[in-house]
Amino acid sequence: MYQNNNRRTKGVLDMISIKNLHKSFGDLEVLKGIDLEVELGKVIVIIGPSGSGKTTLLRCLNLLEIPSSGAIEIDDHLMNFNGKEIPQKKIVSFRSLTGMVFQNYNLFPHKTALENVMEGPVIVKGISKKQAKEKAMQLLSKVGLADKIDDYPFQLSGGQQQRVGIARAMGIEPKVMLFDEPTSALDPELVGDVLQVMKDLAEEGMTMVVVTHEMRFAKEVADEIVFIDHGEIVEKGTPNEIFTHPQHERTRRFLEQIQ
Amino acid sequence: MFLLNSIFQDPERFDQLVSIAQSSLLPMVKGAIKYTIPLTIITFVLGLILAILTALARISSSKILNTIARIYVSIIRGTPLLVQLFIIFYGLPNLGFTIDPFPSAIIGFSLNVGAYASEIIRAAILSIPKGQWEAGYSIGMNRTQTLKRIIFPQAARVSIPPLSNTFISLVKDTSLASLVLVSEMFRKAQEIASTNYEFLLLYSEVAILYWIICTVLSIIQGRIESRLDRYVSK
Repeated sequence: MYQNNNRRTKGVLDMISIKNLHKSFGDLEVLKGIDLEVELGKVIVIIGPSGSGKTTLLRCLNLLEIPSSGAIEIDDHLMNFNGKEIPQKKIVSFRSLTGMVFQNYNLFPHKTALENVMEGPVIVKGISKKQAKEKAMQLLSKVGLADKIDDYPFQLSGGQQQRVGIARAMGIEPKVMLFDEPTSALDPELVGDVLQVMKDLAEEGMTMVVVTHEMRFAKEVADEIVFIDHGEIVEKGTPNEIFTHPQHERTRRFLEQIQ
Repeated sequence: MFLLNSIFQDPERFDQLVSIAQSSLLPMVKGAIKYTIPLTIITFVLGLILAILTALARISSSKILNTIARIYVSIIRGTPLLVQLFIIFYGLPNLGFTIDPFPSAIIGFSLNVGAYASEIIRAAILSIPKGQWEAGYSIGMNRTQTLKRIIFPQAARVSIPPLSNTFISLVKDTSLASLVLVSEMFRKAQEIASTNYEFLLLYSEVAILYWIICTVLSIIQGRIESRLDRYVSK
């Protein structure tokens, strides 16, 4: 059901391939031709000033924003964008390739932690409630919340809510996990637990694209850092290359500002 | 004062009033049970279904549905309920559609509730943060699933207090059905008063009955609200 044509250039090891991706909101061009490959099992951290387009890029990957033009390929599923409306079915199935973790958690407030995690598997994947419950409990204990499964979101701290958010995204068994500033809304003392869960995921070999301001996390966990400014990739490289030998003036200036 | 004086100076008159109040209670309560309460409940259920459909039409991307819903709401909200009832009951027979009093009242009141409640439901749906839609989408739900599983349950909680107001207003508005010949509670009071001319007594009595029904409903409303609030921090 995906368009497979000969323009594919994705390498065998690549999980994600983004080609010449553009996104405009009205007259404002937010992404100006992004090209990026993400290899299977790698962790990519996207950094950049606010308004640089990094969150938009992430949201384009699971089609919460529909790109204006270009192409995205995830795990052999190719999506071309040309401004035409895409059928909802296609969007929904492409979206299930990725799990999204939001800055403000966006947990379902009327459902318990367990129900939040079960919702996707039961409703979307049609898995039996019993099976989904078992799996959800596994995921919640993995993020350290085995004793909180029956709590409603309002009974949980920000850090706990975000870990439920991660478990919920993992529940749909995505090929790629997307993190949109997952710790920005958290009190400083709660950031560590969330980052630890993300590190564990990375060690298990999950392919991850992370937008974050946590430079320590970026240094420790990222395989590649991508610096975006004004809707373009200015520079990318290993954490060592970017943090200690940035090639571009814009990268240097950004790093000086945040440190 | 005149009434009170006359009651206290004349024990016979007092007994007479008490006996009228007692004997009129049963017919009025019957009117309530047979017409006022069923009319209110049936109308509210039908009106709510209509309201949900109208609200969905209003938030849909279809221009046609949107326009139809807008026109419907505009006509109902822009014209008096009593005039609507008269058109249905006294007007439509001119076109050959004769509808009995009770069904006429149900149609009129349902259309009315549908229009007012649709705005409440629409506002409640719009009040749910965009992030909730996105969270639904992000776990692979389509629009319908997200609306049904994520948005509606939260919107329901938001809309309970204003919908309860609509419901309580409806109980009182059903007294207008007396004017299209439905033998509901207020019509019973009118009928009895027209035989013995004790207007103050009988209309006060029926007012108290309405007040009791509405008070009971308010208590039930409070219970429903606190039940739906269980997942909200206080």
